[in-house]
Amino acid sequence: MKRTLPLLIAAVTGFVLIGAHFVPYTQSWGEEAMIWFDILAAIAFILGGANLVRLNLQKISDRRAGWGYAAVTVIAFFLTLVVGMAKMGVHPSAQFPQFAWSGDYVQEGSSFWFIYQYAFYPLGATMFALLACFIASAAFRAFRAKNTEAIILLSTAFIVLVGRTYAGTALTGWMPEALQFDNLTGTIMNVFNLAGNRAITIGIGLGVVSLSLKILLGVDRSYLGTEE
Amino acid sequence: MDKSIFLTVLAAGLFSWGGASPVLAQSPRPPGEVRAADFPNDAGDAVRVEWELSPDDQPQPAERLVVAYEILRREAGEEAFTRIGEETYQTRSFKDDGCTPGASYFYQVVALGPDGARSPAAAAGSPVTPVMQYFDFSQFWFGVILLIVGGSVIYFIQLARSGRELKVRPIAGLEAVDEAVGRATEMGRPCLYVPGILDINDMQTLAGVTVLSRVAGLTAEFDARLDVPTCRSLVMTACRETVEAAYLGAGRPDAFNEDSVYYLTDEQFGYVAGVTGKMLRERPAACFYMGAFFAESLILAETGNAVGAIQVAGTAMPSQLPFFVAACDYTLIGEELFAASAYLSGESHQLGSLKGQDVGKVLGGTLVVVGCLLSTAAVLTDAALLNQVLSYLTDHVLGNQGW
Amino acid sequence: MNLTEFFRNLDRRWIFLLMLLSILIPLLFGLRFPESPSPMVLNVRSAIEELPEGSDVLMAWDFDPASRGELSPMAAAFVRHCAYKKHKLYFLTLWATGGPLIQESIDILNREFPGYEYGRDYVNLGFRPGGEGVIKVVVGDLKKLFANDVDGTSLDELALTRNLKNIRQMDLIVNVSAGYPGTKEWVLYAATPYDLEIVGGTTGVSAPSLYPYIPGQLTGLLAAIKAAAEYEQAVIDLYPALMENDTAQEGLRRMGPQLLAHMLVILLIVAGNVIYFWERRKGVAS
Repeated sequence: MKRTLPLLIAAVTGFVLIGAHFVPYTQSWGEEAMIWFDILAAIAFILGGANLVRLNLQKISDRRAGWGYAAVTVIAFFLTLVVGMAKMGVHPSAQFPQFAWSGDYVQEGSSFWFIYQYAFYPLGATMFALLACFIASAAFRAFRAKNTEAIILLSTAFIVLVGRTYAGTALTGWMPEALQFDNLTGTIMNVFNLAGNRAITIGIGLGVVSLSLKILLGVDRSYLGTEE
Repeated sequence: MDKSIFLTVLAAGLFSWGGASPVLAQSPRPPGEVRAADFPNDAGDAVRVEWELSPDDQPQPAERLVVAYEILRREAGEEAFTRIGEETYQTRSFKDDGCTPGASYFYQVVALGPDGARSPAAAAGSPVTPVMQYFDFSQFWFGVILLIVGGSVIYFIQLARSGRELKVRPIAGLEAVDEAVGRATEMGRPCLYVPGILDINDMQTLAGVTVLSRVAGLTAEFDARLDVPTCRSLVMTACRETVEAAYLGAGRPDAFNEDSVYYLTDEQFGYVAGVTGKMLRERPAACFYMGAFFAESLILAETGNAVGAIQVAGTAMPSQLPFFVAACDYTLIGEELFAASAYLSGESHQLGSLKGQDVGKVLGGTLVVVGCLLSTAAVLTDAALLNQVLSYLTDHVLGNQGW
Repeated sequence: MNLTEFFRNLDRRWIFLLMLLSILIPLLFGLRFPESPSPMVLNVRSAIEELPEGSDVLMAWDFDPASRGELSPMAAAFVRHCAYKKHKLYFLTLWATGGPLIQESIDILNREFPGYEYGRDYVNLGFRPGGEGVIKVVVGDLKKLFANDVDGTSLDELALTRNLKNIRQMDLIVNVSAGYPGTKEWVLYAATPYDLEIVGGTTGVSAPSLYPYIPGQLTGLLAAIKAAAEYEQAVIDLYPALMENDTAQEGLRRMGPQLLAHMLVILLIVAGNVIYFWERRKGVAS
């Protein structure tokens, strides 16, 4: 039953929605199903949040390796939750001045905005900026001219890296227009890269159709867990 | 003559006779013929209103006399027209999608000038009654292609069930799963499994969960430690179910630890920070990245490389494939990820679905080749027939203009 | 330890330091280079420029603070260009952390285009959860999900949105995105099925996956900071008054660090290969 019921729900919903796509009256059913999913996902966050807090509190109480990080996580979690839900420092909106909580929770100057602006924003930007460092280290370590394919890859990388900057114009401006690196970069991206991407995308599309059908037909049940 | 038109014309006439109103003196001329018709392939709740531009609505005028068109509607039985929408100048049509199926409607279009000047209304000749269609014929060819591809998948699954032997090429990335888990066991270090950062409604996540089933089965068998941090709560729940089933299947339900599958955060880089931090502290010997990844792919894979882990990745995000290929030992490219469950299960009827996919590839390839040949021939010969065939192919077969 | 051994076992933090310097130095010295807009960038510019004045433009800002460094210059350039054309702007985001980034764009309007009035010329619809599900709903009925603006004001009370039924009434969609949900979803669920015109701006890493949609389903795409700089230049070419505005040239300013960072990556690839071939030759010799 634990596997049969979800399988039945998936199959009925899936096939009905496929059919609904072709009937004008039922075309909006897909939108309704998406809204249902969003509600489920939002409720499921309680599961995730509870799990996060439980595991980290356990780690702190057991004084396991890295418990200090767990403490930071728990404090940050509750601080953000309380500040956001209580709308600390939020002024009422002009529309409903009589209600203290009517303002937007990320209103400029509010406590939540402060966390966003001075903690979340710089931390997120730092993680993203790390990519530049990782790209450099991966370039140093992984790009080796081991064989013909690797040499082609390296040459392409060289053209695109130079062509994406002013160096492309400055160094190859004297060449025929089609061979100037900035134009060549455009050709590589719009012709070769595009063709490769389209082929991969078609393959992915077909893979999605095939896997979807297997799931709807109950051929693939590995994601459903056990009957017990 | 309709009452409102009569009044408008009368008012315009009076003011222009007196020459007193500068606003109405600049009123634009009305739009030309107005036509209203039932909108095709819908639930009977829309009408398309089309009109000829007002003679004062010129493409590049020195001074714009028409700034917009106002569309008015009156239901049969009602007295007055009400405004239902506005379109900018040089626009010739409007879709009224607030209709009731079976009701009859009259339409008018008024050209609006600057400073609120209005032209007399131009009316559609006859009322229109929107009708519901039972099949969306604009999706006809999409349906045909879906039937061919979907039908082939089902046909080959049935064929395989009947006992026909099907051959599938080896996928190195999936062969490497056993080796990676074995190595982690030998080294006494954990296996890290990252199921991507999208929710369970994404097919890549689902495909990744099926690979997790295999990895968990092996860790159960070899008694290795498994660590599955997730980015979404629903993915955590699904992964837990899968891992538990795999441990049960391996005859080791006692070894299943619910806390080995846990939620970190929905936030992309917060999740990456959590996972990479754990990697540096616990130094997993095998890392699996299966699902949907974005900018975090390289951060994860380079950190895994730094801790000396054997790494297997699989994603259908073309933009992230180069990073995984550069930094991981094995990478499942696009469709290989979706083929994983069939390949790993080894069940012949699941392998049948892969053959069905091949029919889709043949169909796609044929369309690409035929399209290229037709386009080239059409450019070289400028033959009307070729252009017609080509536009049918792009607008109808691959577009949404139906049959 | 000989030199090849040093490089082979090089601590990656040295590489990180070099990358930091290659970005910091041009920023400190204000290194800038001229940019000439590519045909793709000119396509994007035309899509906005050729719309009649006062057209309705949906500004879907689907990015977060993490990618702000790469995407905010193009978002700002889109806002300025649309404002010069007096287009009506409808801001929304599908990213929970995107709200304040919309506010940054609105700050530009308030600061540089005092004639722009909230509720008449632009509106902030804010964030709604649900990813592509939101798109699928707003193409049919915007007010089903966005009944109010970000301040809780009913859309029926704002002049700009009173008669707005769905986003199919938009003349153009401008989407700046850092991933999912983003340009791909807007193309697949709004622009393509309803024949709407859309231009996008995205991070360099996401761009290759979007090229297949150009030009049939996606009119044009600004890929990364290079395209943002070119677009800024393209808009300056049309509206030279922007030359006086330093904040309108953020993308152009960031091309200096980009040049040096790319050169560093090339140098590292070359160094890595020199070590590789040196070791291979030594291996063959021994």
